[in-house]
Amino acid sequence: MCLVIEPLDSFRQKPVSFLAFGIPSIGWLLLFFMVPLGIIFFYSFGENVSLIAVKTTWTFDNYARIFEPEIMTLLWRTLWIALLATAICLIIGFPVALVIATASPSAKAWLLLLIMLPFWTNLLIRTYSLLNILGTRGRLNEMLGWIWMRANDFLVLIGAGDLSLLGEKFIPIKFLGTPGGVVLGIVYVSLPFAILPIYSALERMDTSYLEASMDLGAGQLQTFFKVLVPLAMPGVITAFILTFIPALGQFLTPDLLGRGQVDMIANVIQRQFKGANDWPFGSALSLMLLYVTFILLALRAFGDAARARREARH
Amino acid sequence: MANAKRIRDKKKPFEYSKKWSLRSVFFLATLFLYVPIVVLIIFSFNNSRRGGNVIWKGFTTKYYGKAFNNDDLMLAFGNTLTIAVVATVVSVILGTCTAILLWRFRFPFKPLVEGLVSLPIVIPEICMGVSLALFFSAIGWLGNTSDIWPFNLINVTIAHITFCFPFAAMVIRARLHSFNREMEEAARDLGATEYQVFKDILIPHLKPGLVAGALLSFTLSLDDFIVTFFTSGPNTVTLPVKIYSMVRFSVTPEINAASTVVIALTLVLTVFALRFQSKDNTQLQ
Repeated sequence: MCLVIEPLDSFRQKPVSFLAFGIPSIGWLLLFFMVPLGIIFFYSFGENVSLIAVKTTWTFDNYARIFEPEIMTLLWRTLWIALLATAICLIIGFPVALVIATASPSAKAWLLLLIMLPFWTNLLIRTYSLLNILGTRGRLNEMLGWIWMRANDFLVLIGAGDLSLLGEKFIPIKFLGTPGGVVLGIVYVSLPFAILPIYSALERMDTSYLEASMDLGAGQLQTFFKVLVPLAMPGVITAFILTFIPALGQFLTPDLLGRGQVDMIANVIQRQFKGANDWPFGSALSLMLLYVTFILLALRAFGDAARARREARH
Repeated sequence: MANAKRIRDKKKPFEYSKKWSLRSVFFLATLFLYVPIVVLIIFSFNNSRRGGNVIWKGFTTKYYGKAFNNDDLMLAFGNTLTIAVVATVVSVILGTCTAILLWRFRFPFKPLVEGLVSLPIVIPEICMGVSLALFFSAIGWLGNTSDIWPFNLINVTIAHITFCFPFAAMVIRARLHSFNREMEEAARDLGATEYQVFKDILIPHLKPGLVAGALLSFTLSLDDFIVTFFTSGPNTVTLPVKIYSMVRFSVTPEINAASTVVIALTLVLTVFALRFQSKDNTQLQ
């Protein structure tokens, strides 16, 4: 790759074209992005004065309410569901990305497409499709019931049928309305987010490091864990961020698969705007989510800078 | 001799894509991603009126007819396409402006502006939906039912443009990096004006980036649920929001039929994007 540093024009040299490109783009972002964020910032310090009017009184009540036990439980649940789903995504995503990255060049494009295609399908439709799979009479329980039957037949065959080791009859597992179902749903919708960054890190990796590791006497496992995984780490971190941030803000999965029994923060935010009509509290919760996002991004930027410094020193 | 044997026996790192264990993880993950969608499509042909649409009751195509005769659903479909087309056109224009601005100029607070442009990409969707909903309510644009179609869609369209164009800008900017500034200088030496350089040299070079940005914006707009959910009024729902309210009401094969139509649309778009990409042979990262 050759890097040609192109001289940039100063905005003073060509003010007309600078403004022609700058005003629509930056203007749009300021008006329709920053101003709305400013509004929720002001509302988060406000009080409801009538049904749809909010007055900014610089009260901290909305933030204080976050520390109520009910909301703390909610935040804790949101955090562990998002973390668990992200962890599962990374554990499944890593081998999948590895297979794609090391496949032959002609197969690579097709394997990548195979993984990306569901990702382009509408999020709502993908979440809805899980309802059929995860119901008590759904496809997954149907399959588990079939496995139970075969296992039971086998036990009868070997003469252990009377012991009813597997229980009297197959009891369908409840996925809908349970945290497990929500975790499964989030894994389902965010798996491609986790695969792609790991893939692009592995793709860029210089495979001669792996050969060097083997030449120097390391075993396959040692090479994998001490060379390949560390080399893929930047991709894993990006995958974590890209999976975890949307997972924290998931609304549809807990709503449709959790059936109102496994609320996450976004469900409570939504209720403040459609139903409870407590805009100031909803704004404060939204900003909480935003601050968590900023902290994560700042941590990553910090980590990147530290890594760059380390590499510069060596 | 011993040395030669060592070289012959030299262990190679695994060819990971040929390991059966990794291959089976890949296979299972693919199965996991596809089975629900395939089941959804199959159950759009299910001849069941109730029962939550999880029990197979025989084959029928009547729910496609029902979906196409459902006026609300068709209105939502029309809204979706209208919003997506307008949002795509505006996003490509704004995305081009943003990309050229950041690629071409030196100006104060540039890192801040770069951050501002990437912010809509990273923040949780629900924050954007909530803030835009409050913004429109604060300025009194409530997506009024009295407004005539398609002008009542303006709120949702603005919201879609806001989250689409930073993505378009990213793709277009990637394409700009391969632009050779010497071409521009040569044109200027031969007497072209700044505008002519932009129109006859820069834009033709950008074309693959513009198409890629347009496809990305279109897909993002079609895909959106959260932001539309917060910014739409009763008459301005898009297909995903309409399907959502139908799901909340009761699960019928009609929903599966409507979903299948959306999936088909996405597939067509993907095929189009791939054909375009292979024809143009541009790398989009």
